[in-house]
Amino acid sequence: MNLTLAIISVLILGSAAVAVSLRNLIHSALLLIASWAGVAVFYLWAGAEFVAFAQLLVYVGAISMIVLFAVLLTRHSRSELTVAAPALSRAIAAILAGGAVFCVLASAVLKTDFAARPAAAVPPTITVRELGTQLMLSHSAAVLVVGVLLTVALLGAIVLAASDDSKKGDAP
Amino acid sequence: MSTLHACLLLSSALFCVGLITALSRSNTILVLLGIELMLNAANLNFIAFWRFNPSAAPAAPATGIVFVLFAIAVAAAEAAVGLALVIAIYRHQKNIRLQDATRLKG
Repeated sequence: MNLTLAIISVLILGSAAVAVSLRNLIHSALLLIASWAGVAVFYLWAGAEFVAFAQLLVYVGAISMIVLFAVLLTRHSRSELTVAAPALSRAIAAILAGGAVFCVLASAVLKTDFAARPAAAVPPTITVRELGTQLMLSHSAAVLVVGVLLTVALLGAIVLAASDDSKKGDAP
Repeated sequence: MSTLHACLLLSSALFCVGLITALSRSNTILVLLGIELMLNAANLNFIAFWRFNPSAAPAAPATGIVFVLFAIAVAAAEAAVGLALVIAIYRHQKNIRLQDATRLKG
């Protein structure tokens, strides 16, 4: 058992579990940012540096800001940052469902024999130049589709969140 | 238990934390954050198989990384649209409890 992996697991799972059980939304969001940073540390540990920095940029940089803005925009007063604890029956049902899913996944993982083929001792290395060449040559269609998807999604988000104050536009 | 097993167990646990969040909380923002946690768990799986799977195709050594990059892009789009929806719901009914958003109920 790898000690580094154990520390990374405790960082990711601990901050995520504490975040989802807190009642203060701001504290939850900040702890989830720590959890996403832990995922980036996992990517670095596994040797995928470019993905780690993409994770830092997108999750720790951008999505955390969107979440914090959404939390602050959807409240009436300062006291409303704490949300009510979930109903006990609902929480118990959710924990039972999640635990059942985890048992199924864990037993499936543990019963699978990956060791029939020996694990690669040397991590597969890939430079950013090779990655860019692959993205632009063999995956160029997917890059275009993702560009269109991001454009449409962000335009749609603006349309959804914009205030529909039509009177302001009519008055000269 | 190999390292690949440990990585897969870590991502299973992260997925279940996200699932419990999405099922138990009634605040829309927390439900969205649970879904983001589940997406992160899937990405962890991709990287774990890319790093530790011995039978990776030598012709395409970057497949796992490319897949995770596209998944992160789609997750960013999903978060933006989801939180815009949260703000739209808040403007209409002045709170973001999921139980109160029943206007489309037949």
